[in-house]
Amino acid sequence: MSILTSASGNVGGTVPGGNGRRRRNGARTGHRFDSALGWSPRPGPGLALRILLCAIALFVFAAPFVAIVSGAFDARTDSTQLSLIPNSPTLDNFEAAGPAGVWGYFANSLFIVGGGLLLQMTVAVLAAYALARRKFRGQALVMVLFLLTMMLPEEIIAIPLSIVIGDLPLVGISLKGTVFGVILPVGAWGFSILVMSEFMKEIPKEIEEAARLDGVGELRMLLQIVLPLCRPALGVIGVFGFIMIWDQYLLPMIAANDPGDYTLTVALSLLRSDPEVGPGLVVAGAVIALVPSLIVYLCLQGSLVRGLTSGATKG
Amino acid sequence: MTVPARSRAAEGAGAPAGPPAAPAGGRARPAFLRGRSWLPWLFLAPGLLLATVFKFYPMVEGFRLSLFEVQPFLGNIWVGLDNYATVLTDPRFQSAIGHTVILAVGQTAGGLIVGFALALLLEGQARSLWFLRTAVFLPVVTALAVVGEIWRLLYFPTEGGFLNSLLGAVGVGPMPFLDSPDSALWSVMAVGIWVLGPYNMVIILAGLTGVDRNLYEAAAVDGASIGQRLLHITLPALRPALAIVLTLSAIRGLRIFTEVYVLTGGGPSGSTEVWMTRVFSLGFERNDIGVASAASVLLLIATMLLTLGVQYATRRKAAS
Repeated sequence: MSILTSASGNVGGTVPGGNGRRRRNGARTGHRFDSALGWSPRPGPGLALRILLCAIALFVFAAPFVAIVSGAFDARTDSTQLSLIPNSPTLDNFEAAGPAGVWGYFANSLFIVGGGLLLQMTVAVLAAYALARRKFRGQALVMVLFLLTMMLPEEIIAIPLSIVIGDLPLVGISLKGTVFGVILPVGAWGFSILVMSEFMKEIPKEIEEAARLDGVGELRMLLQIVLPLCRPALGVIGVFGFIMIWDQYLLPMIAANDPGDYTLTVALSLLRSDPEVGPGLVVAGAVIALVPSLIVYLCLQGSLVRGLTSGATKG
Repeated sequence: MTVPARSRAAEGAGAPAGPPAAPAGGRARPAFLRGRSWLPWLFLAPGLLLATVFKFYPMVEGFRLSLFEVQPFLGNIWVGLDNYATVLTDPRFQSAIGHTVILAVGQTAGGLIVGFALALLLEGQARSLWFLRTAVFLPVVTALAVVGEIWRLLYFPTEGGFLNSLLGAVGVGPMPFLDSPDSALWSVMAVGIWVLGPYNMVIILAGLTGVDRNLYEAAAVDGASIGQRLLHITLPALRPALAIVLTLSAIRGLRIFTEVYVLTGGGPSGSTEVWMTRVFSLGFERNDIGVASAASVLLLIATMLLTLGVQYATRRKAAS
């Protein structure tokens, strides 16, 4: 469990207000070692510089989002007239979204991300349970195979993948134009299997043995004993899986039969090139596509940071 | 079922059996596990099946197709390595490879610098810093296609465009950004850095929390400046974090597609065409499956070599 929870802050070495032995710098001593640059929370030129730089960073990374949200609520949105505050606030752009089919694309996106995430997490939990809690011949090879899936993103295998989606080998069914054309290819993802099995390895054997003595079967063992202990890891694979599937662009494009099958993110460029659709609607569509990401991000921020940093602190 | 297999399975259930398990263990455990060596495979089956059908089979199929001239309905013709020769000698592919390398190197370096600067700036426990980090990280969780649409609008090439009106306020004339072959590639690169910077920031921040604060204190006692402290204490401690950042961004850079496709579609006049947009237009628009497959195989090989190379380089540095 140590790997996944090691991201929490390390405040060691903080001595508020100095410790008397080093009086040279008075009360500032304690803060000088909190950060690599030795930022001080006391008013002074250092703090002023930091506030200025933070303001610039906030503007560079957040202002574009404010600008498009404001554009989506602006009556006379024009690509040339984005500003931080809407000039004349209105909901017209969102009302126009219905006739343009934006909600249909959005529904496609939600179906795909819901089904894909459910499949991906189920596959990861099952595979991780076998890899982490059992010993069997060929275990290392299976792990390597799953890791290899991370080296084969949709882009690199796009062309043969589109052939496979159009005509599944052996069974000969075409998934083109169905949500399964996107859901099934994202099902096996090495990252979530790896995170899950690393986490399951840390669960003490005694818990499992005790349950086994009570005659608990294999499936109940996984669902009622192991899985409830894995909630932090489920958060990590959930948030990463969501971002990974929501980010899919090429895959929904090659799995579609006609533009009606597109996800919202793919359909945005379609809306943009449609002369009958105003730029206000494109901006509104972008904002709609942004909302699920924001919700997931704000709810599972801790899991996201844990997953990103799990490898950064070990040697 | 063979004897060694059974003993291995018993070991899997916990060879160092604790005291409570010992009395009943003799009968209960083997009875439960006997004949169950197929059980792990049952749990692995969904993952292996999906990976085989949608990852490994397409990979092998891609290798195979790259050796043929693919003609739907007429039958494929074996051409050996001709497709690879076509890719490597095609001037459009050569310039696409050039653009990809420029983007990959520029985004990796820019993302590293921006990420490092952001991490140093936003390191700390204060609530306000947590809020700033949350806001700055937004580009990473946003779908790339949405990022592309946002930046198309921000880059609007007239005086009223968002970025141009900001530039106008400081007296810089309207810039064409994505509309001119001279600036399009750099504009795409800036968007990539905008996404990569905050991503790297989080990984580097985690590395920074692992730096021993006593070392900073010891350096201060020795009279080291902030710059020396950064160079000799912080940077060496960040090596694992930086290795991850470098590997991830270099791989991402090589297979860059969505941003370029949304922002410019490879234009204007091919100035932002990258490896994957070229593969896309060959494979899906011109139906030249064989050549496009060969290009994909080359990209896969390049990605793998890069990953192994970075791994090897960082291992060696860590050892020395």
